Amino acid sequence: MRARVSPLAWIAVALGAAIVVAPLLWTVLLSLKANSELMRDSGTAFSAPYTLENYHSILNGNMVFRWLLNSVIVSTGTTLGVLALCSLAGYGFARLEFPFRRTLFVFVLLGLAIPEQAVILPQHRLFADLGLHNSYPGLILPGLAGPFGVFFMTQYFRGIPRDLDEAAMLDGASRLTTFWKVLLPLTMPAQATLGVFTFLASWNSYWWPLISATRGNMFTLTVGLASAQMNYAQTSGLGFLMAQAVFASIPIFIVYILFQKHIVRAMSGAAVR
Amino acid sequence: MSAATARGRWAGFAFVGPFLFFYVTLLIYPLFRGILISFQRADLFGGGRWVGIGNYSRLVADPIFHQALMNTFKLTLMIVPALTLIALALALALNSSSRTAGLFRGLFFAPSVLSVTIVTLIWRFILTPDAGLVALGARAVGAEPIPFLSDPNLTIPALAITTIWWSLGLPMMLFLAGLQQIPGDIYEAAALDGAGRWTTLRRVTLPSLRRTVILVIMLQTAAQLQLFGQAQLLTAGGPSGSSRPVVLLIYEIAFGRWELGYAASAAEVLFVLILAVTFVQYWTAGRAEER
Repeated sequence: MRARVSPLAWIAVALGAAIVVAPLLWTVLLSLKANSELMRDSGTAFSAPYTLENYHSILNGNMVFRWLLNSVIVSTGTTLGVLALCSLAGYGFARLEFPFRRTLFVFVLLGLAIPEQAVILPQHRLFADLGLHNSYPGLILPGLAGPFGVFFMTQYFRGIPRDLDEAAMLDGASRLTTFWKVLLPLTMPAQATLGVFTFLASWNSYWWPLISATRGNMFTLTVGLASAQMNYAQTSGLGFLMAQAVFASIPIFIVYILFQKHIVRAMSGAAVR
Repeated sequence: MSAATARGRWAGFAFVGPFLFFYVTLLIYPLFRGILISFQRADLFGGGRWVGIGNYSRLVADPIFHQALMNTFKLTLMIVPALTLIALALALALNSSSRTAGLFRGLFFAPSVLSVTIVTLIWRFILTPDAGLVALGARAVGAEPIPFLSDPNLTIPALAITTIWWSLGLPMMLFLAGLQQIPGDIYEAAALDGAGRWTTLRRVTLPSLRRTVILVIMLQTAAQLQLFGQAQLLTAGGPSGSSRPVVLLIYEIAFGRWELGYAASAAEVLFVLILAVTFVQYWTAGRAEER
């Protein structure tokens, strides 16, 4: 824009970009090589012959598909749950007058300062008491308690002109109808941003599924890949492992490319709270 | 009429109630139960005997906890300044609406969408001395491969590099957002005063970014104090604990040794540290506002 960037700076940026991209390319190259060849010398990754054999092994009955399905179920469930709870609460806090409204809103905001590590051990205990470990509700529920979405949706509802709901109420619409028919459609951009943010966070979450899902068939993709890499010595080889990594990143890169704007906005929004 | 308003007065709870239920049962209740557990001797699945401050006095005397705390501080001190400076430099260079700048922004942000398992999978086979990319490079120029993941002096830098690669995107985007908010007429005024590029950067751009800088430093500090997955997967905290951060220690105590009470006390100590960082952020951000 204003400050023009010197050629030297461009060279530095390009160099930095190369350093950032190199690990990704290296991973893709390794995934395209036969395991036996890599065993001899991983340097062979830079030259042909390349093969899709590792990807074939994934497609031919591997746990990765089960883990992928689990991740899709858990991330979708968490996202839908968060959107529903936070839209309702956001409308309530922004538009309705009820006792202790301010106090409750501050009470919710304070939750932003609670880090995962301060609650995860008692959460584990609680879910053990309820018999919810190794289940989808067990993996989804902790993701519904975060207060960020409520804060985000409340701000968004506050930005919508009040005339709209007053007009609807004058026409005899109930609060629920006003919320559902008039205001909710206007919040779609916010829903998209919060949805993508929640989906990504849930898809990539590691610590909770690591301790809650202990059976292989309930692993999410992140935990499954962790177990695969810890057993690296006994398993199927470098190329296969890297093919799993590439395979597991494809869905998230597709989400990234489709929703790039929303992701960036969500992440900066999450930070500027 | 009055019955309807009385009903209306409480109708709001129907909307905020469902969230509050999950918030209280799954976040607030565990927070306080965690504090209680930290004063007990308890294993993972039940029971608990009151031991007062026993767990905390054990922590004070535990050399392994000291080591983990030092490792966490080292990691944070290595990662946060580097991350802040690199992200700031990138934002200054890429603050343009051109296609090339957009492409580069996308590239630098890309690793942030990966999960920690994929990140460590990638970096393991960059850093490992028998087959990694760095080792191949070293061999190509006739140098010895560097044992990043097994030399106690190199494990923390290796974790720091991996983390910087992974988390560059968000601070860069925050700085870009900050740059967008600087009003254009300040630059015009500076140009009229004949200020050069360097002077403009030092006198106009950087002071206007003060709030963003504070935000980035505090967010990253809070995040890196909780560093866990990278250390667990890349080095398993080793060799001999040289790269074990506090959260990995908490995990090991709780799920390896099943000493839930002791793990909870370590978690509370870390929680207080993170809270302190959060308060410093609000305080300094407030002061930056007043200036």
